[in-house]
Amino acid sequence: MMEIEGFDLLDWLLEPLRFSFMRTGLMAAILVGIICAALGAYVVLRRMAFIGDALAHTVLPGLVVAYLNRWNLFGGAITAGIVTALGIGWVSRRGQIREDTAIGVIFTAMFALGILLMSTVRSFRDFTHMLFGNILGVSRADLTLIAIIGAGVITTLALLHKELELTSYDHIHAQTIGINADRLRFTLLILLAFTVVTSIQVVGVILTSALLVTPAAAASLITNNLPRMMLVAALIAVFSAVAGLYVSFYTNVASGAAIVLTCTACFGIAWAMSVIRHQVMR
Amino acid sequence: MRFAYNRRYYADPLSGAPALEVCDLTVAHPGARHPVLHGVSLTLQTGTRVALVGPNGSGKSTLLKAIAGLLRPQQGTIRIYGLPVGGCHHRVAYLPQRSEIDWRFPINVRRLVLAGRYVHLGWLRWPGKADWQRVDAALERLGLEALAERQIGALSGGQQQRALLARALVQEADLLLLDEPLTGVDAETRATIATVLDDLKQRGKTSLIATHHLDRLADEYDDIIALEDGRRRAFTNDHVLVHAGG
Repeated sequence: MMEIEGFDLLDWLLEPLRFSFMRTGLMAAILVGIICAALGAYVVLRRMAFIGDALAHTVLPGLVVAYLNRWNLFGGAITAGIVTALGIGWVSRRGQIREDTAIGVIFTAMFALGILLMSTVRSFRDFTHMLFGNILGVSRADLTLIAIIGAGVITTLALLHKELELTSYDHIHAQTIGINADRLRFTLLILLAFTVVTSIQVVGVILTSALLVTPAAAASLITNNLPRMMLVAALIAVFSAVAGLYVSFYTNVASGAAIVLTCTACFGIAWAMSVIRHQVMR
Repeated sequence: MRFAYNRRYYADPLSGAPALEVCDLTVAHPGARHPVLHGVSLTLQTGTRVALVGPNGSGKSTLLKAIAGLLRPQQGTIRIYGLPVGGCHHRVAYLPQRSEIDWRFPINVRRLVLAGRYVHLGWLRWPGKADWQRVDAALERLGLEALAERQIGALSGGQQQRALLARALVQEADLLLLDEPLTGVDAETRATIATVLDDLKQRGKTSLIATHHLDRLADEYDDIIALEDGRRRAFTNDHVLVHAGG
């Protein structure tokens, strides 16, 4: 153990846990990290990073409408998320307009709509929580909901693992043996909508795609095996969630940003390691 | 309990029907106005090995994709063992051109080959010991056992082609559609693939092979189908002379 005069590591670690809001927040951050990292592997491998970011942003009007009407915020967000997921799936099926263009149009419009609705209210305070997350405001009920959604997402990923994996690297073989690749893609978008909604409390609308992409991208540099990549990504995300929250507690900086930047630091280390490994191999 | 990817998985083939019967087939790519294939007809008897030849853009790949059920015909019919396309997915194996696969994906060679078993497993079932044994046998047959744990992108072009053929073998398909399996591969791969194809023929399997390798066609294939501009052309020795040089 590290023993510097006047500094006790154990105390330092335990101090934040004396507060129940910190315990709940920490649990939420860990759960969200695991969910985002597992699904994030597909987001990275299937090059869906832009869609993930778009889905997170389009949830905003749903959140605002739910807030203004005193409905359940999760309900508003998940409705907006699923509508967007279906919309993206529908647009990309027709193939007349390029998918990334369509997403760019829809996602900025939805985000603008959210901001427009926000500006009708005098106080912006609650909305900054939506934009940047408010992990210390996570309630017991929120935590339960996050756990249920997480269990659902992970179970679906496990049950459909071989089909999701196959359609990701060879959709042609999948189609020849009778798997409907479009429907699986749709399923992934719906899972993405649920995942994004859970992470909004933790890092907010704007930074959600970092939790989806960064840990998985770091893991992809470390391993060449999909389940292992999901596991490594989850470990990175959990570490970042815990470390970010402690940094936020002791230095009084925004927790969502601290978590994201810890993820980024992990990615930096993984990237540097892979560069060095390639140099050595050569 | 089995949840097949396609409800028609169990359809029995019609007895006495040829392995493949294509009649007056017209196919266009989705969104394109002009068809790539115009009224192509052909028949493959069970247990034959047939070459599909023609210049680039003549419609070879499109024909194979239509038979594999990847493109929907505008007109005409395709019967596989007497059944419509999709009536017997597990009986048809399609080997795409290598460029159609994301080789950077984090899976190893064994897992790629295992995907040949999926059609027999269906939803929610995990591969069992027997499936993995078939995979290992196929890897050995194609000389890939030492590379089984490699990430698929770390293979050479020829090794990748052999891995795809191994996947078709574990699928235990009766009709194999191979798109340019011999293009850009090493001599070892060419020899291995030839041996495997010989063996398949002896076991009564049917194969249709799009190829540029037109030398010694007559003794390697039972029949030769030539395409040009999406139409069927009579095969002449000119094809050999023209293309073998290039």
